[in-house]
Amino acid sequence: MQPAAIAPLLNEPPAGVTETVTLIGDFDEYLTQGFARPDARRADVLDGVVAGLAGTPLGRPVAEAVAKLTSGPIGFEQLSVLAGARAALWGAVHDALSAQADEAAGRRRPDWPDITVAHSADTPISAVTAARSWLNDLAVLGWNGLDHEVVSAVNQPVETLLASPEHRRLGLLLDGFAAELRACLPIATLERIPTRRWADLWTRAVLLASGHPAAEAGTVTGRFLPLGTEILEHGTVFQVRVHGLLETKDGPPIQVRASVAASKVDTILGPACWRLLSAHGVLLTALAEHRAVTLTDMPILPGGELLWDEDHAAIGDEADPFATARVRLAESVPAAVPPLERHPVALAHPVFLEGYKVGGDERHPVVFELGDVSLPVAVDRLPDSGPLNGKLVSGSAACIGLLRWDGEWLLQPLAVLAKRKGTAVHTGDWAKGPTDPKAQKAEAKAAESVNVLRERAGRLLRK
Amino acid sequence: MNPEPDEFSRRSVTRVVPPVNPRKLAKVPFVELADGRLQGVVSSGSDIARVYVSSIVADSHEFSCSTNNNRPCGGLGSRPCKHLQSMVAEAVVQYGYARVVRFLRVEAPADGTATDIVHGLKGGPRRAQVAEVFTRFLRHLAYLEQPGTNEPLPDMQWFPAMGAR
Repeated sequence: MQPAAIAPLLNEPPAGVTETVTLIGDFDEYLTQGFARPDARRADVLDGVVAGLAGTPLGRPVAEAVAKLTSGPIGFEQLSVLAGARAALWGAVHDALSAQADEAAGRRRPDWPDITVAHSADTPISAVTAARSWLNDLAVLGWNGLDHEVVSAVNQPVETLLASPEHRRLGLLLDGFAAELRACLPIATLERIPTRRWADLWTRAVLLASGHPAAEAGTVTGRFLPLGTEILEHGTVFQVRVHGLLETKDGPPIQVRASVAASKVDTILGPACWRLLSAHGVLLTALAEHRAVTLTDMPILPGGELLWDEDHAAIGDEADPFATARVRLAESVPAAVPPLERHPVALAHPVFLEGYKVGGDERHPVVFELGDVSLPVAVDRLPDSGPLNGKLVSGSAACIGLLRWDGEWLLQPLAVLAKRKGTAVHTGDWAKGPTDPKAQKAEAKAAESVNVLRERAGRLLRK
Repeated sequence: MNPEPDEFSRRSVTRVVPPVNPRKLAKVPFVELADGRLQGVVSSGSDIARVYVSSIVADSHEFSCSTNNNRPCGGLGSRPCKHLQSMVAEAVVQYGYARVVRFLRVEAPADGTATDIVHGLKGGPRRAQVAEVFTRFLRHLAYLEQPGTNEPLPDMQWFPAMGAR
């Protein structure tokens, strides 16, 4: 990618983004204090949200919910409309930013297919009802009003949600969210509150608990060429998300992702986490050995998400991700983003950069300087389960990464070529175990944790 | 990245839970700072099928230690037994000394050790609910029994791994 494709992003945000983000910030302040204590200034905030959505399909429901909120007891129904409003504001920001990045890269993203998804009207299971009432309590009390008792009330529903495949997503989100709240108690003495983050997590959870429509999967056949791997994790889950290109019989390659996740506990960490994914041997081999994967009738969701199934995957020839990035990425077609997933945090455009100078400033320890523009590098988003670290990024000559946005554009590195010798280092290189002797030793020790816990589980769980 | 306090509140992705350190789990398979207690499970030195459930209440520092069958620990007198001591030592490895001191609100030197924390406990022994902590431990173990998933889990975008050292 040429500096010309990055420069427009770093100059100015698209029209309306700054104002919308400010409005969201006001709403988040409201949520921090809790909905139970309305006052005049804060009523203005809700009026701002109502005005912001006037004329959209959400305009009327939001106005009605706000009217009810200020006049009576707060119910989940009103809160879910407000969460929907907040998500819609972020959705608009996402769309503007995504269009800006696509335009700069000369890329055309297809429109989201006009599919009507069935929204289940079934009565939710009791764990979902319990989760709703917990989310209600959070909104009413505000972050400052939380204590151990309130936070722990989510434990039981989470356990049930995690055990049910169709509710696992909500369970995983609530588990990660509650762990953060728990670690921050008492919140009133906290130096700084992650206001936007917690409002984001609350919003997502409310939407999921309201009944999230599921899209139907199709299938694809072709050659999957991995570009890079991101690792996502909290105390009880480890997820590997592989970004890659799919070559099919006709047309340019399409951008797809394969995600696999395993449950874990907080004491299992570092490279040992890969062991939890050993059922996905083909995918892990592709990452560790830089190979392509032949897919036959692999299920895929409309947003370009492969539903990885090893029965439909066969390991292929060597495929250097840097060759893929250099040769095929520019012509590849991105996927449309499902409407409910449109939040700037979901922006993850794969990019290939070279010919940059590495700099840094007070706010960003590592910055890539491309011509006269600087792109901050999110070196804090590097996992400890792979060999890529900040030092290697600083000493790099070329980089495969994801273009991210979190208040500003950032680059999340997935792989680099070292300036000296041109050695390639990828986040997924240790998919089948570390290749570095020191890390190997640490991994073997950490893997022992998994064995100890499995032994304890075998002895104590089935009594 | 070191966001300003103000910037911290305006980020969607930021580390909130401090990272935990790896440790050997054989002696103390489980320890946590939760529900206002430092609590955990300590393997028995003599019986492979037995574990001790130990806990220390933050602030009051009342402590307790019993077997998972609710029998009081024989080693527990007016001061913490060896199971409680092991639990504190492993909590210090996992969470770091400062975090344990702050959580328990114990008076201890700024750069002390687990022994300083045990010495600083001002409470005495008090029978506590073993079942609650033991259930937390069983729930913890149950995570390892759960099947994985190939769903995209878009919400995980808020939880990038941030651990590179």
